[in-house]
Amino acid sequence: MNSAALIIAEVVPLVTPETTFDAPANVVFAVQAVVMIFAALRVVTTKNVVHAALWLVVVLGGVGLNYILLQAEFVAVTQFLVYLGAVIVLFLFGVMLTRAPLGVSDDLDNNQKKIGIGVGVALLAVLSYALIETFGRSELTFAAYEGVAGPNTNGRTQAVSDAIFGQYLIPFEMLSLLLLAALIGAIVLARRD
Amino acid sequence: MFLNQFLLLSAILFTIGVYGVIVRKNGVLVLMSIELVLNAVNINLIVFSTYWGVAGQVFALFTIAIAAAEVGVGLAIVLLIYRNQRSVDIDELDEMKG
Repeated sequence: MNSAALIIAEVVPLVTPETTFDAPANVVFAVQAVVMIFAALRVVTTKNVVHAALWLVVVLGGVGLNYILLQAEFVAVTQFLVYLGAVIVLFLFGVMLTRAPLGVSDDLDNNQKKIGIGVGVALLAVLSYALIETFGRSELTFAAYEGVAGPNTNGRTQAVSDAIFGQYLIPFEMLSLLLLAALIGAIVLARRD
Repeated sequence: MFLNQFLLLSAILFTIGVYGVIVRKNGVLVLMSIELVLNAVNINLIVFSTYWGVAGQVFALFTIAIAAAEVGVGLAIVLLIYRNQRSVDIDELDEMKG
């Protein structure tokens, strides 16, 4: 197929010495990808609600590790703080307050397993066909970080904060309003009277 | 590292999340599956931010904040369902079926 040759011809000049095959990062990626996929499968198949929440910790931590591999440290730390610190605790509170069966329970799945597998396989086939067809063997170049990041600086975090408090200031303020509305809404919904 | 290794991982996570939303009937577990989907989207945003600048990271932060709000409101709704129905089985919520 000559589209692959075209992609390679486009990509090869972009590959600089530090963006060629990076063995340690790829090993870390492979290990955490396998662990993450296994943990995600356990989240949707386990028969124990509390175990599902704890497997979700593994998946969310792996996503944070992905952010570090992609050199997005600030988002990675936010992921660890917000998801592992707050969201999982919320889920465990939800499990506790709804008095979910704490042991093994056979009553967590409905009878749509065949539909679920069909939809999942079809979706994965379409998505991976589109991705492989579009991006082929393109290398990650970190082109956007050139000039903003050097050794011993926190240039990328600086660039993120510049973007949040510059170009995206109004969406950011809207987000704080949204969080306030969600907080009030959650209190109103869950209040007992 | 290839672009596609991250994108395919995120596609797999997304698919597993969709499967969970379809198959699970406990409300809390459905919310957990939605978290899988949102995290898959975030990986995509971060991958493309290495190409097109930090806007992707800003949007990933927005998604994280909105997901936190979503979990708060979603769990409040599940709690309310539990209080009214004595169960969080969302297959039993068929009052709008004609």
